[in-house]
Amino acid sequence: MGFWQSYRLRLQRKRWRIRSLRKRRELSLYVDRTEQIEPDDILLFSTIRNEDIRLPYFLKYYRDLGVRHFLLVDNDSDDGGAEYLARQPDVSLWRTRASYKRARFGMDWITWLQRKYAHGHWTLVVDPDEFLVYPFCDTRPLKALTDWLDASSIRSFGTMLIDMYPKGPIESAEYERGQDPFEVAPWFDSGNYTISRNFMFGNLWIQGGPRARVFFRDEPERAPALNKIPLVKWDRRYTYVRSTHMLLPRGLNLVYDEWGGEKMSGALLHAKFLQSLTEKAREELERKQHFANSKEYKAYVEGFERREEIWCKWSEKYINWRQLEILGLMSKGNWA
Amino acid sequence: MTVGIVMLVHTSLERAEQVIRHWVAGRCPVVVHVDKNVDDERHDAFVSRFDGLSNVRFSKRHRCEWGTWGLVAASQDASQLMLETFPEVRHVYLASGSCLPLRPVNELVSYLAKRPRTDFIESATTADVPWTIGGLDEERFTLRFPFSWKRQRYFFDKYVALQRRLGVRRKIPAGLVPHMGSQWWCLTRQTLSAILQDPERETYDRYFSKVWIPDESYYQTLTRLYSTHIESRSLTLSKFDFQGKPHIFYDDHLQLLRRSDCFVARKIWPRADKLYETFLGDNAAAMKASEPNPGKIDRIFSRAVDRRIRGRSGLVMQGRFPNRGWENGLTAAPYSVFEGFSELFENFEPWLARATGTRVHGHLYAPDRAELDGRQTTFAGALSDSSALRDYDPKAFLTSLIWNTRGERQCFQFGPADNQAVGFDIAYDPNAQISVITGAWAIPLFQSNRNFADLRLEAARLQKIESDHLDDLRSIHAKAKIRIWSLAEFIESPMEALQTVIDEISVAGGRRLSEAPRIIDLSGFGRFLQNLKNQGMHPYLMGDFPVDPAPQNARPKARRPYLVR
Repeated sequence: MGFWQSYRLRLQRKRWRIRSLRKRRELSLYVDRTEQIEPDDILLFSTIRNEDIRLPYFLKYYRDLGVRHFLLVDNDSDDGGAEYLARQPDVSLWRTRASYKRARFGMDWITWLQRKYAHGHWTLVVDPDEFLVYPFCDTRPLKALTDWLDASSIRSFGTMLIDMYPKGPIESAEYERGQDPFEVAPWFDSGNYTISRNFMFGNLWIQGGPRARVFFRDEPERAPALNKIPLVKWDRRYTYVRSTHMLLPRGLNLVYDEWGGEKMSGALLHAKFLQSLTEKAREELERKQHFANSKEYKAYVEGFERREEIWCKWSEKYINWRQLEILGLMSKGNWA
Repeated sequence: MTVGIVMLVHTSLERAEQVIRHWVAGRCPVVVHVDKNVDDERHDAFVSRFDGLSNVRFSKRHRCEWGTWGLVAASQDASQLMLETFPEVRHVYLASGSCLPLRPVNELVSYLAKRPRTDFIESATTADVPWTIGGLDEERFTLRFPFSWKRQRYFFDKYVALQRRLGVRRKIPAGLVPHMGSQWWCLTRQTLSAILQDPERETYDRYFSKVWIPDESYYQTLTRLYSTHIESRSLTLSKFDFQGKPHIFYDDHLQLLRRSDCFVARKIWPRADKLYETFLGDNAAAMKASEPNPGKIDRIFSRAVDRRIRGRSGLVMQGRFPNRGWENGLTAAPYSVFEGFSELFENFEPWLARATGTRVHGHLYAPDRAELDGRQTTFAGALSDSSALRDYDPKAFLTSLIWNTRGERQCFQFGPADNQAVGFDIAYDPNAQISVITGAWAIPLFQSNRNFADLRLEAARLQKIESDHLDDLRSIHAKAKIRIWSLAEFIESPMEALQTVIDEISVAGGRRLSEAPRIIDLSGFGRFLQNLKNQGMHPYLMGDFPVDPAPQNARPKARRPYLVR
């Protein structure tokens, strides 16, 4: 990496930051409880749209892990989710009706909020259908992880997105408000992932899983990226580049070991394939607010119309993080 | 007689207070050193909480940064205060604020009372231990380190490089032999006072104040001058990982710590409530009066370090993406590749599965689909048989397959008609056992019902591909177990060749093959090859295949008479 290229990346980083500055005007404050934030608190940032049914479990899951404050952007929900969030004691909420796509899929808004509130905090940036699993998450709170990362001078924590799905047609996975989504969709693919390296940003690019296997089997290069870096000790100069797949400065993307060892890493369980997706996919297809012309949602709608089942006889049923560790989908690294 | 605790405190003062009270309740005096980096307000509040406790004293504060002299100065002053103030103290135990006593205090006291002359301090010469961080072992003692490793790394590194370049060497004071070891010690009053009251102490202090990480060498070296009986181990259970950072204990280590029989453990996560509750509680279950036995904990931590440094062979994931050559094993387990066998033998795959008890796939890299065992559409790990998915990253397909089926040996067929992208990788992989019958690809051509011109083209193409592949197999970089026969050579004694290959695969081994696979009827094959030759395409990979026997069921053609004009 020459001087010129790193300078270009620097410019790009500045560009995203300036852009978020501009896009902050799209946000209007709905409920502000940010004065509650204590210096060592772990913060969670997310953009939400019509996810009311998922919210109770989502909040509970991350509260139990030890997230102390939720900073959320509601993008034009009409299902009462925003009102529900506003009543929560540890949520600060902003609303916007602006285009999700033109805010870099919400990242401009989040970048602005992070810049303003997250400096010096460990921050989690996840979607409402993503659930963080890390080594020892059943016995050690998130704070234990971040303290350990601090002590090891590590600034970012890498994960892989694992798509979870039900057995049988997706319409059968009925999800109730407040329920653990992995009771209805506990299955996942354990070993069909492909990884390559993005030399420009230094991150890994992971594809595969059920989405590649079922929906993108003829054009695997279009399968969605599964590499995510959701947990970062934030500095106001940082910025996410594309969703939470990669960051600038590039050093934050080096969450993997290149010399044969394993760095500690986790997983984001993705509760996407629930009954609600069939409806949502059609709606999102009309809204055209998603990445790459909503190509992904097109594939889902077509797949559902073919009545394709994601489950196969080699699917694994989720038990706990140790199972993922043994399967090689995450690693304890040198944390014991 | 009792034990005095010298405690160095810099963070989580609440936890430190808890532990101090625990020691005091066990009738051990405590001298506390609070790091100067703690602001005065917090310090004063902390000190005032011990008003009225005559057994707790506070020593002169120093600034303690990892790897610097401050830590030694702090323990010196605190030890001095301890020895002067509490004459009944026979052993002095150096602990930190994040140390946690695991056994009742009186057990430690009586353990030490039984060993009144013993100094417990880990102390080894630099030449004999591999504990070095940052490549500095002997140089710790011969270079100067005025810059902070944590805050001024650039200058630290540059200054080390400069001294190396200039060949600067400090003189080690006469009589000292540098030793290193864990900084958590327990010394007798005799030894400790000898160190602190040494007439040469100023010389030693001046010397060690510029040594790198003096708290791991100051006492360790000087004890060697005075101690009559050194037990070279630390009573504090404290494990370090590959970066020289202590491992941390959490609530889920409770049972492990209980069973370790160690007196003190470090470092404890300040929020590990259950650990503090259990071990500082009144009803701390008395352990057997046994020797400390940290073996199990040692193993767990060294496994963790190994995982971090070497990782799991054959695994590629979000935390492990080795550069080429650093995979430490391209794949997770041994597997076998058969080239040309399924062409030569009828029903080779089921036969092989029966003979070896392994999982046998067809041509995994066939152009239209991955021929998984039983021609399933998915396989272990939900691998798909789609050729597009497979060809998107052919190497990952192989490593995933082998990783997903750990514990069951995989065999698959390979040939020049397949996607060749993994050809080099398998040759380079020590886990691969590759058996090749060269030229066997011609048999399906021979059996097929296609125009000869097409056959000729196809044969030329396949021969070129196989020949390139053979170059890979014969390259000096190839690390697989490779056996190559030409078709002609193989046919001479097929069972012998098969037996050697199978013997290597079968776990039991030694069993003679009872059932032989049937070789496809090759009558006319020699003629077929000759025809190719006659067309100008020279099939050489099969070896010297005899043209005879001539086709038996065909009538010898009547010769046409030559026309003579």
